[in-house]
Amino acid sequence: MIVVRWIRAFVDFWIDFIVGDDWTVAATVLAALLATWGLHRAGLSAWWLLPAAVIGATTVSVRRATQRTR
Amino acid sequence: MPGVRSVEGTAVNITVTVTTFLAAGIEVIEMVAIVVAVGATRSWRAALVGAGGGLVVLAVLVAALGTALRSVPLQPIRLVVGALLLVFGLQWLRKGVLRVAAQGWGVGQGEEHVDDTDVPPGRFDWTGFVLSFKGVSLEGLEVAVIVVAVGGAAGALGSAIVGAAAAVVVLAVVGAATYRLIARIPRRALQLFVGAMLSAFGTFWAVLGVGVAWPSGELALLWLAILYAVGGLALLHLVRGWQSSADGNRTPDDATTMEGAQ
Repeated sequence: MIVVRWIRAFVDFWIDFIVGDDWTVAATVLAALLATWGLHRAGLSAWWLLPAAVIGATTVSVRRATQRTR
Repeated sequence: MPGVRSVEGTAVNITVTVTTFLAAGIEVIEMVAIVVAVGATRSWRAALVGAGGGLVVLAVLVAALGTALRSVPLQPIRLVVGALLLVFGLQWLRKGVLRVAAQGWGVGQGEEHVDDTDVPPGRFDWTGFVLSFKGVSLEGLEVAVIVVAVGGAAGALGSAIVGAAAAVVVLAVVGAATYRLIARIPRRALQLFVGAMLSAFGTFWAVLGVGVAWPSGELALLWLAILYAVGGLALLHLVRGWQSSADGNRTPDDATTMEGAQ
């Protein structure tokens, strides 16, 4: 039982670490990394995509949080 | 041979030592910045234990692999560590913006922790530990690779180790000296800017991890940190605007209901 509790705490820790309060931010980062890799493989400039996705995802997430607290 | 001095019977290649000091110094600055940021905003104990853990893992790796460290693939490590730092840094940037918008810049000055939900009182801060551990082990691995590459190529591994060790000692002292300065910054503000900094590190490493080079090299870290910090401040301005427009649209009945809910 202690092992199960320890595994559950370990999994919860990583979910909280990665997902946090808004799962859409982590999902956007993952999608942007995949797209960056895809652009790079296609021989196109790709370094700009992740910073742009980060700013967009954070703005949308903060906007949503502000609307929720109204 | 130019640049070589004999110190008590040991040949020290000054050129290799200085080159390694400067090259490793850039990585060590990043390492110290993460540890100080995590310590100041979360828990010094967790930050220092995480840094110690990272150094132990690194020492084991160096002892086990030796010069074979040059063949360790840094790209997947950068991708994983970068992506994790980025998603965590963004959570802090987001929280920092929302909290400063709600409570102002000055709240939290001199508090030991950001708040009770971030760092549970009386319990070890595993999140702070993991952040510090990852920063130190990745940057430390890069320092080790620099030592092996520069020292190995010049046939002066000892001189390279001296240069890297000097960089670690000098910059760790500088990091420790900045503690009092950082402690004066209100915690809410620190959370916003540390979130921007961790996000910058995460973005930098994750993009390198998928095999894409930054056009400005290591300088990208600096402009990314500035971009995210300025973006956070702009977002703060937007949130205050959204809040004040919502307050303006609220009827007296709504206001009574909101106050009752608090």
